Amino acid sequence: MSIETAPKISWWNRLAHPGQFVALTRPLVWPLAALTAVLFAAGLWFAFFNSPADYQMGDTVRIMYVHVPTAWLSQFVYATMAVSALGTLIWRHPMADVSMKSAAPLGAAFTAMALFTGSMWGRPTWGTFWEWDGRMTSTLVLLFIYLGIVALWRAFDDQLRAARVVAIFTLVGAVNIPIIKFSVDWWSTLHQPASVFTPEGPKMPGSILTPLFIMFFAFTFLFLVLQLVAMHTEVRRRRIATLERRMARGSAA
Amino acid sequence: MRGFLAVLWRDLRLALGGSGDVLTIVLFFVITGAITPFAVGPDQALLSRIAPGIVWIAAFLAMLLGLDRLFRPDQEDGTLALYRLADVPLAAVVAAKVIVHWLTAALPLIVASPLLAVLLAMDFPTFARTVVSLLLGTPALAAFGAIGAAVTVTTRRGGLLAPILIAPLCVPVLIFGVGAIAMGGGPDQAGAALLFLAALSLTALALSPFAAALAIDWGEE
Repeated sequence: MSIETAPKISWWNRLAHPGQFVALTRPLVWPLAALTAVLFAAGLWFAFFNSPADYQMGDTVRIMYVHVPTAWLSQFVYATMAVSALGTLIWRHPMADVSMKSAAPLGAAFTAMALFTGSMWGRPTWGTFWEWDGRMTSTLVLLFIYLGIVALWRAFDDQLRAARVVAIFTLVGAVNIPIIKFSVDWWSTLHQPASVFTPEGPKMPGSILTPLFIMFFAFTFLFLVLQLVAMHTEVRRRRIATLERRMARGSAA
Repeated sequence: MRGFLAVLWRDLRLALGGSGDVLTIVLFFVITGAITPFAVGPDQALLSRIAPGIVWIAAFLAMLLGLDRLFRPDQEDGTLALYRLADVPLAAVVAAKVIVHWLTAALPLIVASPLLAVLLAMDFPTFARTVVSLLLGTPALAAFGAIGAAVTVTTRRGGLLAPILIAPLCVPVLIFGVGAIAMGGGPDQAGAALLFLAALSLTALALSPFAAALAIDWGEE
């Protein structure tokens, strides 16, 4: 392989080769998946059997252990996409394209899950499935942005060209999301303010925080595993498309 | 600067001459507004309460409708490729097009809005505020629209995709646009909303030509 003998090979350059990337990261998938499973088992055990019911909300408080991590991921995945978009635009790193593309549907799924669990939780506690409250509305808008990005990816035939255009749009969205969040908060707010990361420390008892943090890591690792697998699939899909094109050209000649 | 003005004049002449697109967009705006009473009932009190929102939604939809003609005709006849090679920076060309888009797809709506004000039983102070908020807010819609149109110009199904992409980004414009009109109870925040709206428009107008030009330049090969 010429890539092995080329001068000045850093791990960064090596990752730029899709085959090398898959070869380097495939061994990570199973250990990470196992870690995710362990975290989920522990987190769910804590969430269901070893955490108190809320004195006001009762057992419905356990929805939080799914709701809060997915809501966090809905923003974290967009950050991943924005960083990958920078990778595409500045370094033209081939794997940044792939990472951007496979993150979009995952982000949409986590955002939809956060909205779904939120409305399931809202029904017994607020008495309504949906309220036009600041945080809920901005999460809904975020979901629309994710879906728009997925649609934009599908509109292009040439994925390399698509990557650059989507990267620009992702960054435009990244600039806009804080503005949307601010404007929606200005418009209407009912949701409780941030209560885990506050200047005075967490406002929750440890018995609830422990399962919350475990689930937090479980979902984050779940995202990592799914992202890696989706990237491998995307690399393989592109390889197949290239081979098909080469075959079609061969049979035409 | 001369190139910028040349593009501006060319697009303005093309938009106003012949094709009748401007009239279609104005018609769409008036019909959208006029059709709402059929859906919500002819109650005057209710209509005059929600009239600013209806006018904003109608203007928003009409401007999204006009997005496709921003770059697509130039893409189809190859003018866009020439712009890319021209001495004038592409961002300046895009800026000229955004201005023309505003002049031909937003200004006529504002001129036609008295018609909707009568149909929707708006009183004069509300109507005056609506016109001011439309004047300040529609430039932002035009600027965001340019990004959507530029991102989708090389795709075949772009016409449908651009509004989907742009609508979520326009949420703040709608919020502050309608917020600047609201005369209901509570503290009067209309002034603050108007300032936010102006800030949004200025920022979007300043930055979007560069993003749109980048998208056009890198979307082509």
